[in-house]
Amino acid sequence: MLQIKNLSFTVDADGSDKEIIRDISLTIPDGKLYVITGPNGGGKSTLAKLIAGIEKPTAGQIIFNGEDITDMSITDRSKKGIGFAFQQPVKFKGIRVLDLIRLAAGRELSVTDACRYLSLVGLCAREYIDREVNSSLSGGELKRIEIATVIAGNSLLTVFDEPEAGIDLWSFSNLIEVFQKQREEIANRSILIISHQERILNIADEIIVLNSGRLENQGKKDELLPSLIGTSSAVRECRGVNGGLD
Amino acid sequence: MDLNNIQKYLLKEIADIDAPLTGAYNIRSDSMSIGRQSTKNIEIVSKEGVSGMDIFIKPYTVGETVHIPVVMTQSGLKEVVYNDFFIGDNADVTIVAGCGIDNCGAHDSQHDGVHRFYVGKNAKIKYVEKHFGSGEGTGKRILNPVTEVYQEAGSTCEMEMVQIKGVDDTTRKTVAELKEGAKLVVRERLMTHGDQRAISDYDVRLNGDGSSADVVSRGVARDDSYQRLDLKISGNAACKGHTECDSIIMDNGKILAVPALEANNVEASLVHEAAIGKIAGEQLIKLMTLGLTEAEAEEQIINGFLR
Repeated sequence: MLQIKNLSFTVDADGSDKEIIRDISLTIPDGKLYVITGPNGGGKSTLAKLIAGIEKPTAGQIIFNGEDITDMSITDRSKKGIGFAFQQPVKFKGIRVLDLIRLAAGRELSVTDACRYLSLVGLCAREYIDREVNSSLSGGELKRIEIATVIAGNSLLTVFDEPEAGIDLWSFSNLIEVFQKQREEIANRSILIISHQERILNIADEIIVLNSGRLENQGKKDELLPSLIGTSSAVRECRGVNGGLD
Repeated sequence: MDLNNIQKYLLKEIADIDAPLTGAYNIRSDSMSIGRQSTKNIEIVSKEGVSGMDIFIKPYTVGETVHIPVVMTQSGLKEVVYNDFFIGDNADVTIVAGCGIDNCGAHDSQHDGVHRFYVGKNAKIKYVEKHFGSGEGTGKRILNPVTEVYQEAGSTCEMEMVQIKGVDDTTRKTVAELKEGAKLVVRERLMTHGDQRAISDYDVRLNGDGSSADVVSRGVARDDSYQRLDLKISGNAACKGHTECDSIIMDNGKILAVPALEANNVEASLVHEAAIGKIAGEQLIKLMTLGLTEAEAEEQIINGFLR
């Protein structure tokens, strides 16, 4: 269970303080899939990074399974069971897909076992397992590899930061299936997805709306989603200028 | 052939040899040949007058490997060795070289290997060379390899040259001349640490129409070490050339990359790329989110980069 208590995050913008996250408190219980939505610039991705330890809050506390992890490093949070899927997957020179999956799993997975994670995200595993995680892969391929990697980590809480960003429509349908499967097999783990895609919101147990850094609304999917449809918090998939989803 | 533990260790590091060799080989240890074998298709003959060997590979020799590792275990040894490879037309072979120096004393140990490759028409060679230094002595481990490649029409030469660690000072000089349709692929990996110095100098001449070269050097300079990479390709015909220096600097490391292209024919198409920088912060963060410490993440990134 993740508890966020009075969390704030302020950055220096041209000499004055700019509040990105303002006094947010929320709880993500075990066995649930939560989606955080809200308009662009509302603080969604920043909150995800604060949970993973990539950013440090200026005030407040983060408690994970009863332990205060506010000052804990990224590494230690990962070891405690927090996984994080980047919105923009990171590229490497010389590190192969297989290496990344093995690092994520924390053990010497067999090639066959590692391939299963790629198949999960709809990639023909044998074609990708020995490829380097570099710019020879398309944005959509990198994104799917990123998601496969994080799933291989089998974390207690997995945070996906805009998993749909940069992937094509076909892959998006595939992605929904991936999350549905993750939802079915969730057991006592929990999943937090940052997204404003209606189809992702539709598989949530609960939805949180962030706006201007504040928690604007929170509720069960069935109760909250109807009021969000048609707003920037629940958009239908449409093709962006670069072929990816907006 | 009886090997002591240091010899075994060095051979394992530079040529991945941990079992008796098959095929053609010569093992040189402390300026002596301690084991040699020729085969029906590959003949190894000592040179007269100078130190070194002539290696004759018959035309149409396919799938054979020649091992010619060098190890030095005595402090203060200095040697210059000339090895010439005559690769017959249409042969397809692998040549595994490499030098490991263990210096436990106060005197410098130095091996300067001069390798010349005469690659016959349509022949194909893969050349693998690893350099490695070890030992606690204050004497330096110095390696100055000179590699010359003369490629006949339609030949292919693939070179993988790696300096793993422990080499205090190296000046590498590689020259290649390619006739029509010949192809050269070089993958160099250099890692320097402590106050080591590495200079690598390439002079590739694309003399024949349809010839091509792809020279990629990746380096990591740690601690107070220094690297200089001079990569030059001359396009003297309708040819394609590509050079790439890609380097990571850490600590107080310093790197000078000097890619150079010279086009002497209007049909020559030459490209160079050079990049130097520290490890990207987002790469470290990504691996830390997978549970690695910052130091472990750094190691993974460098190992991948130098793979």
